[in-house]
Amino acid sequence: MDKQNEILLEVKNLKKYFPITRGVFRRVVGYVKAVDRVDLFIRQGETLGLVGESGCGKTTLGRSILRLIEPTDGEVWFKTGKGKKLDITKLEDREIKSLRREMRMIFQDPYGSLNPRMTVMDIVGEPLIIHKVAQGKEIEDRVRTLLKIVGLNPRYMRRYPHEFSGGQRQRIGIARALALNPRLVIADEPVSALDVSVQAQVINLLEDLQVQFNLTYLFIAHDLSVVYHISNRIAVMYVGKIMEVGQAEEVYQGPRHPYTEALMSAVPVIDPDVNPERILLQGDVPNPANAPSGCTFHPRCRYAKKICSQEEPPLEDIGDEHYVACHFADDFSLKGIRQF
Amino acid sequence: MILKNERSRKKNSFAEPVKGEAYIQLVWRKFKRSKTAIIGAILVIIMAILAIFAPFFSPYNPLKIDHRASFSPPQRIHFFDDKGKFHLRPFVYNLKLELDPQTWKRIYREDTSKRFPIYFLVRGWEYKPFGIPCKLHLFGVPKGGSIHLFGMDNYGRDLWARIMLGGRVSLSIALLGAILSAFIGSMVGTISAYYGGITDMILQRIVEFLQSFPQLPLWMALSIAIPATWSSLYVFIAIMMLFGLLSWTPLAREVRGKVLSLREQEFVLSAKEAGASDARIIFKYLIPNCLSHIIVILTLTIPWLILAESTLSFLGLGLQPPMVSWGVLLQEAQNLQTMGRHLWIAIPGAFIVITVLGFNFLGDGLRDAADPYSRR
Amino acid sequence: MISYIIRRILYVIPLLLAVSIVCFVIIQLPPGDFLTAIESQLKSQAGLSEEESRKMVDEMRKTYGLDKSMPVQYLIWIKNIVTKGDFGYSFGYRKPAQEVIWERLKWTMIIALSAHLISTLVGLLIGIYSATHQYSLGDHLSTFLAFIGLSFPEFFTALVIMYLLVFRFRVPHVGGLSSPEYVLATWNWAKFVDFLQHFWIPVVISGVAGVARNMRVMRANLLDVFRSQYVITARAKGLKERIVLYKHAVVNALHPIIAYQGVALPYIVQGTMVTAIVLNLPTTGPAFYDALVFQDTLLAGSFLLMVTVVLVIGNLLSDLILAWIDPRIRYD
Repeated sequence: MDKQNEILLEVKNLKKYFPITRGVFRRVVGYVKAVDRVDLFIRQGETLGLVGESGCGKTTLGRSILRLIEPTDGEVWFKTGKGKKLDITKLEDREIKSLRREMRMIFQDPYGSLNPRMTVMDIVGEPLIIHKVAQGKEIEDRVRTLLKIVGLNPRYMRRYPHEFSGGQRQRIGIARALALNPRLVIADEPVSALDVSVQAQVINLLEDLQVQFNLTYLFIAHDLSVVYHISNRIAVMYVGKIMEVGQAEEVYQGPRHPYTEALMSAVPVIDPDVNPERILLQGDVPNPANAPSGCTFHPRCRYAKKICSQEEPPLEDIGDEHYVACHFADDFSLKGIRQF
Repeated sequence: MILKNERSRKKNSFAEPVKGEAYIQLVWRKFKRSKTAIIGAILVIIMAILAIFAPFFSPYNPLKIDHRASFSPPQRIHFFDDKGKFHLRPFVYNLKLELDPQTWKRIYREDTSKRFPIYFLVRGWEYKPFGIPCKLHLFGVPKGGSIHLFGMDNYGRDLWARIMLGGRVSLSIALLGAILSAFIGSMVGTISAYYGGITDMILQRIVEFLQSFPQLPLWMALSIAIPATWSSLYVFIAIMMLFGLLSWTPLAREVRGKVLSLREQEFVLSAKEAGASDARIIFKYLIPNCLSHIIVILTLTIPWLILAESTLSFLGLGLQPPMVSWGVLLQEAQNLQTMGRHLWIAIPGAFIVITVLGFNFLGDGLRDAADPYSRR
Repeated sequence: MISYIIRRILYVIPLLLAVSIVCFVIIQLPPGDFLTAIESQLKSQAGLSEEESRKMVDEMRKTYGLDKSMPVQYLIWIKNIVTKGDFGYSFGYRKPAQEVIWERLKWTMIIALSAHLISTLVGLLIGIYSATHQYSLGDHLSTFLAFIGLSFPEFFTALVIMYLLVFRFRVPHVGGLSSPEYVLATWNWAKFVDFLQHFWIPVVISGVAGVARNMRVMRANLLDVFRSQYVITARAKGLKERIVLYKHAVVNALHPIIAYQGVALPYIVQGTMVTAIVLNLPTTGPAFYDALVFQDTLLAGSFLLMVTVVLVIGNLLSDLILAWIDPRIRYD
């Protein structure tokens, strides 16, 4: 991906804290820091893969960016089709509605993300009605085209979602996301609920569509192997924080954060010559309501030193737009993956 | 991994939908299997037809008074005459009033001298469905005869016709009350769960407040506050509103629970994500997905309101004569001696029981069927 | 848990306040008051002129504070209740309202509790039988009878039973709690037998619906429990069917019914109400009914308030019981 491409979306210091209340008067005694001071940017036309274990706040981050949930603090700058830069977190509801045409989401659960009481035609055509871009026969024609684009037979557009398989449903969800010609698509684990064989088809479809419609993806996944093929850049998240961001090849082949290294080692590699040495992480993912001091990863990090529990490492550019949040990013030589 | 190698780009092969049954079909299949549900549905349909076409099924005007026929008993339908001869067309005998020479009691005897065969689709008293004059009735007997299948009341009015008319009132007040209650309940439940926060808090406090009152004493106290000077129609509307406004809380709680779980589902989020308005999410996403619950509870609210109406009216606190409802008709049975001598005045009670039973059967069957994915 | 209990209790106070206001307002809704009736009585029967009778009644209004505005009347009423336990004066009975209610409450409670106890026990037993013999003839029959029981309006059940007793079984006296000849007699064996002969009727009538309801709830709960994993496990590890049934299944199926006990009281009090009116029993139901009809405002209002307060507290108890016996409920 060309670095000269302009930045489409920039997330600055984004936070989403859920209050924990206790007692008779529901005093706030603490916060679950689901997303904690996240900085990210996505260039026009690229795919940023966001990986992390389940519960690390990836989904919350995706939803906060679209303001499906209200972020606690921070800025999200989006460059609209007309070339204006807007901070999404400061917009009125009415202004967000018009932005929803340009930023769409594909959901994780193909069984739960389609309204069971609406036909495929209504589901895919609904955004057109909401944003008043088409009416009557036009909607039907547009839905027909969209269904063909995602590889579904338009003959079945009067059917209900439960009559389709998981992969087919996910295609319906993609068609719905594409209906308004968006520029940014946030795909929230779009294939993790699907069979492996179907996963490949859907990923390929997403790649084709990216080329065809010049889409920009924020691709959220917990599975590194899925993200690798579709992403230009990779961001690794751990307990609400970004640990490492960089070009996909760089992150995979030369990870600079111990957490990334541990994630890589968990990917099965089909190569008899490679000696599989898995790094087993000690302990559990910490409770985001009570995150460890200093570097959140230090209790499980095998390289941890004294400073790690005292001082939080900032996310720093170590060159070539490779950002790492580790005190010893330059000191270790960590193991990545040569090839899949 | 292996994704790259697995690329198979068959652009033009469309995916076919897997076969699956629509929700409605599943519900219907499960519903059909329950015998009691079918019986309930049939009972409810019969009662509804009798109520809707009440004058058509009544050979006599339910309001016409004949003092001489006060408490005249039901007439029996015969197929055999007094000589034991069979007649294909059923017939009735007129009743003769006699005084018992010893006790001076009034006794009705069948006058077997003349048979009155029952004819179908005959012309009789005039009624006006939608303002069009009509004289057609399902059955009747030739001039000179009479057919009072359920006997006469205190004022000599045909009880059969009054039960048909009363059914119209009892059923419609319960149905309208239940619809109003379902409407309020589903709106409050949906809004409460969807908006959450302070809206939810306030609405839930209102629900709890209404549920703090004991149902029957509250209804009694409120219905007695309806001014006696109001016209029948206003009293009808007032009682109906009373039912609707005070019976929605269980539904609101149930719908709230359902919407709370729906709200967590991604398809509601997907509507928000597409920029749908709150109204659209409520009416296209939340309510349609709660509809089966709402219909089930609506069906089970109706019999409850029929019981409530009849109880209030029986106690003289609900509808008042000259309005006719099953409960009002049973006011005559308040005196045990009257009921002992003229048992047929309790027949409206049987209609209440059968109708309520029908709705309970139907509602129960619907509740089981509404969740076709459970294995019950 | 403790903060949940405290919050729940704190919340009841404003609720009771609001409830008492509404009770008072509802009872005041009908136009006129008890004295309006007295006024017309004075005119027609005592032969007083219109002016004289109005003057007399106005004076009475003053003595009883009925000339004051509604909010003031309410404040006086609620102040006397809270500080002195005085619910106001009943014109109909010519004594304090709480006395009327207390002396009638005894029978109300005896009848209501007997009906409740019997209907719960019988309902549970039939429910357990039905669930353990699912789809048998007995199950079908009791399920069907339960439906019928729920479909009878209570007053109609009362009418039917009274009719049968009087006109079919020739029982000499039905209604009330004793035959006329025993009303003034002191308690002895004959009076007790006579009492029992009257007593069972309202108990059975108001218990019918309860039996049906408890049976259905128990049957459904037990069948649910039978399908649950832990009962299957208990069976799989070879426990005796008896132990599975009583130690595992029944205990868990009882939860909703136990929780219901908290709110049962006001329901059974109002459940016996219609029966009591039809049978003319010396309980609170008919007194409330008469008070409503004759606009004996404070008596009706006090009764409504009492039942409501019992219901509110019952709801509270039932929530707390459920929180206590069901460890799955969260408190924050």
